[in-house]
Amino acid sequence: MEHIELFFKSIFVDNMVFAYFLGMCSYLAVSKKVSTAVGLGAAVIFVLTVTVPLNWLLDQYILQEGALKWLGAEYAEYDLSFLSFILFIATIATMVQLVEIIVEKFSPSLYNSLGIFLPLIAVNCAILGGSLFMQSREIETLGLALNYGFSSGIGWFLAIVAIAAIREKIRYSNVPAPLRGLGITFIITGLMAIGFMSFGGMLTGGDEESPSLDSDPSNVGMKTEKVQKESVESTEAVSVSEITAQ
Amino acid sequence: MGLLSKKDSKLILDPLADDNPITIQVLGICSALAITAQLKPSIVMAVSVIFVLGVGNVVISLMRNIIPSKIRIIVQLIVVATLVIIVDQVLKAFAYELSKELSVFIGLIITNCIIMGRFEAFALGNGPWRSFLDGIGNAAGYGLILIIVGFFRELLGSGTLFGFQVMGDPVEKTGLYAIGYENNGFMVLPPMALIVVGLIIWVQRSRNKELIEEN
Repeated sequence: MEHIELFFKSIFVDNMVFAYFLGMCSYLAVSKKVSTAVGLGAAVIFVLTVTVPLNWLLDQYILQEGALKWLGAEYAEYDLSFLSFILFIATIATMVQLVEIIVEKFSPSLYNSLGIFLPLIAVNCAILGGSLFMQSREIETLGLALNYGFSSGIGWFLAIVAIAAIREKIRYSNVPAPLRGLGITFIITGLMAIGFMSFGGMLTGGDEESPSLDSDPSNVGMKTEKVQKESVESTEAVSVSEITAQ
Repeated sequence: MGLLSKKDSKLILDPLADDNPITIQVLGICSALAITAQLKPSIVMAVSVIFVLGVGNVVISLMRNIIPSKIRIIVQLIVVATLVIIVDQVLKAFAYELSKELSVFIGLIITNCIIMGRFEAFALGNGPWRSFLDGIGNAAGYGLILIIVGFFRELLGSGTLFGFQVMGDPVEKTGLYAIGYENNGFMVLPPMALIVVGLIIWVQRSRNKELIEEN
């Protein structure tokens, strides 16, 4: 259950692009054609899935306060968390190189399609952002970290493929000249982000409801029905009062 | 500018308008948008980037002849990461609340494309003094957009600037609120940052037709 919740939350609610603007540079630069967007998106999913769990291990066993306990009691008080930026980025840069070499060796066709994007990814904010959010949200297990990396990668993939498809279509429409290209892309992304905000209540089912009602889906349905009924009644009441006033 | 030659002052002034990193070069948007809901974090972010890019450009420019070109990306990343750690620790020590608010976005200066972009495009091929000017200029151009976006989002979204209520008190209905003005709560939400930047691009390109793209 925890896994499913995290999975959907990272894709829709905490979408990397629409909620936190991570990886915007390559999102804007590489979204002119759907095929290249798919390539970059796939590479991002791949690298995030590898680097987030790795950085989770680093964080748990080297960086956190007291993480060095396994070396002996005298190390238990060390807090190396200020080093996390440099270690995370080094891991990401090395992993990207390593992935590039391995993919080139074992799957030349995949390498040809991802090839040019892989070096770009080392400096994509979404990758480092994934690791930093993993650290600041204190994700508990390795499995959850893997899940988080994979699903936020999918969220990013969805975003870039969607904007690329829209940009391919918008080429045929008459956009005001100063807005062409970058300007309209920004505004469309803004509108898409507003759309994605509607996923916000997807998992909580509305925070303000009482938990006993929330746990039972039929109750929730009844409640919304009731609310609708009430609103209908109130509008009726208003119209009645208007009529009487007249 | 008597201190700088004409060519040098162009290095600083160009990125402020016609070669702006955000609206023209499309660099460094990642961290630019998320923190602009208020003016204060925007300014802190702008100052941090000016420091990191100014110093980083000088360091890379000094080392440009000894960095093997194959591993230059890693060297650049290490230089930026070190500078960002300094910024982060200083903020944690002297402005803890603000550093909590900026959360991971100070760390994300490392992968801010402006920084890698200027290292690659300028610092690797120019002397330290010119690189320093270029770094300051570009970071200031970035900061300028950040501050404009932050100004409008805070003013229209919460009716405040730096936390001071410039529009009057919304609860007691003083100032503009007395004549029925309402805050636009939408401006505080993340999507509006994108739309505000889109509008800035629109204004800029209408004023300077040479910048218009060919679709």
